[in-house]
Amino acid sequence: MLEIAIKGSKNYWLWIVLLLAVMGAGAVVYIDQFMNGLMITGMSRDVSWGFYIANFTFLVGVAAGGVMVVIPYYLHDYEKFHRITILGEFLAVAALIMCLLFIVVDLGQPTRMLNVLLYPSPKSILFYDMLVLNGYLFLNIVIGWKILEAERNQVEPPFWTKPLIYLSIPFAIGIHTVTAYLYCGLPGRGFWLTAILAPRFLASAFAAGPAFLIILCYIIKKFTKFDPGWDAMQTLSKIVCYAIIANLFFFLCEVFVVYYSNIPGHKSHIQYLLFGYHGYNALVPWMWTSLTLMATGAVFLLIPQLRSNKTLLPVTCAMIVIGAWIDKGLGMISGGFVPSPLHHVTEYAPTGPEIMITLAVYATGFLVLTILYKLATQVKEEVRG
Amino acid sequence: MMKKSRRSFLKVAGIAAVGLGAAPAMNFAASDLSGPVKSRNEDGLSAHRWGMVIDTNKITDEVVESIVEACHKAHNVPDFNHEVNEEKFPNTRPVNHKQEVKWIWEEEFHYAFPDKEDEFLAEKFHDLPFLVTCNHCKNAPCVKACPTQATFKREDGIVLMDYHRCIGCRFCMAACPYGSRNFNFRDPRPFIEETVPDFPTRSKGVVEKCNLCAERLAKGEQPHCVEASEGAIVVGDLEDPESEVRALLNEHYTIRRKQSLGTEPSVYYVM
Repeated sequence: MLEIAIKGSKNYWLWIVLLLAVMGAGAVVYIDQFMNGLMITGMSRDVSWGFYIANFTFLVGVAAGGVMVVIPYYLHDYEKFHRITILGEFLAVAALIMCLLFIVVDLGQPTRMLNVLLYPSPKSILFYDMLVLNGYLFLNIVIGWKILEAERNQVEPPFWTKPLIYLSIPFAIGIHTVTAYLYCGLPGRGFWLTAILAPRFLASAFAAGPAFLIILCYIIKKFTKFDPGWDAMQTLSKIVCYAIIANLFFFLCEVFVVYYSNIPGHKSHIQYLLFGYHGYNALVPWMWTSLTLMATGAVFLLIPQLRSNKTLLPVTCAMIVIGAWIDKGLGMISGGFVPSPLHHVTEYAPTGPEIMITLAVYATGFLVLTILYKLATQVKEEVRG
Repeated sequence: MMKKSRRSFLKVAGIAAVGLGAAPAMNFAASDLSGPVKSRNEDGLSAHRWGMVIDTNKITDEVVESIVEACHKAHNVPDFNHEVNEEKFPNTRPVNHKQEVKWIWEEEFHYAFPDKEDEFLAEKFHDLPFLVTCNHCKNAPCVKACPTQATFKREDGIVLMDYHRCIGCRFCMAACPYGSRNFNFRDPRPFIEETVPDFPTRSKGVVEKCNLCAERLAKGEQPHCVEASEGAIVVGDLEDPESEVRALLNEHYTIRRKQSLGTEPSVYYVM
């Protein structure tokens, strides 16, 4: 099936070359990081995780969001999702590959990463995160590939794909829950120490993932002969609507608890993010932009006339993806580290090299996504034609 | 010929298989006879649970300075203010002081004890230097967080690190509620004024922190901070009612950092 990927239009190859160029540029910067250490990043003693882990967290959400097409189609026989289920699964594959790459580029000693397997530590949440992320990646590759292959050969997919599909549903919830547990089980970090962190992660995932999928559907429709279907996109947009409202609601709960209880160790972080703390306010404009984007996006999706406007919908979805990315990417990780456990304020901003490596990881993910989507759309065109 | 060589091959293979099967059994038998080999220095200091008591009344700026210097020198902790030897380490890039490494250092009261912040705090505490370091917690969150057991807790309560196993994921740094952990964002060696051969230097990409001078206790010596403290710091067995640290805890009112988190720090401050 992979041979499909090496036959494409001029635009297809241009896009591939562009991605390879970004990957190459990032690789050069990564060699510098590999040789000289994470000193080339903006991370510090106080803010010991930064852009890499932030993007990792966001992309775990995008990967988990794929389940929002799997559940309606496989559990509720919602036929309209038949054509886009594979897109959700392949999006999860690409997102997970980016997640794993982000973990690797964040390691101080990447050559030792297999120590996690050599010395398995069941008390560490990172151990379980490794298990569920790799498990979910494996499930999605196998399921996506087998189903597409069956569609191409116009036969029923093998019987054993069904149990794997059902298994992938708890895995999707699992990857984001365990990723939230990485943060919310730490005693000294008041910002993350909240039981609503995992639900909030899931809500933002179920908004950002499907919203991104809608944007991808637009792109597919424009550049291929495959039509994912307007009805499917409308249903997806309703899912995004519910999820983004839930996400905003959970954040409101968080804000109420910290401000009404007025406990400094919990309040100081949200104070830093929303209004600034002791004169430090680098993230304040970002956080308000994020909240505005998500809230406006929610309103646009709530009003049927706006939701069904074909020109507005991709814009709305982009607003929600960007809003969720800022919220989870910039706010969630930095917010947990500022102020520090000793209540010092050390602010964080990614450096140029850090951003370049990040872009290269995204380029790798998009390369995987492009190839997988190329296969999926071509097969579907063939079958119909 | 062909037949013979096959037979001899099978024979060798058979013997090898028996050998492979027997090896663990023989190892087991051997270990059973001689017991696990443990060489422990007769003069070494031991405890059920090591703890530290810092008498804040005896800590002055001079004492702090000599403690920090003694500790950092002996453990090859890099000093980012140190001027790099250009010949030995050419093209060393400028430092980012936010990425510094410190095992023991000075903090003001409201940073050392942020949950005990008080606008009417006694004036003498305002100006006092408070020494902070790894608390060697009884329930250490860093030990739990580590995905490779590179950070581990010894039977005697000391939280130690294996610098060669650490993958540099920094989960322990997020887990530590005391900011006691450091990451080597870069190669520390250009910033070590004089490398002490008794203690390993670290490479870039691994985490490090105070080890309660485990290497000195093993030789029957007191930790560097204790020796440099002019009697302000005492280290001993918290679980031995006859120990000096327990006597101090009995006589004085002491506090620990962020007690409410349940990590059970082993460092006490006499107020």
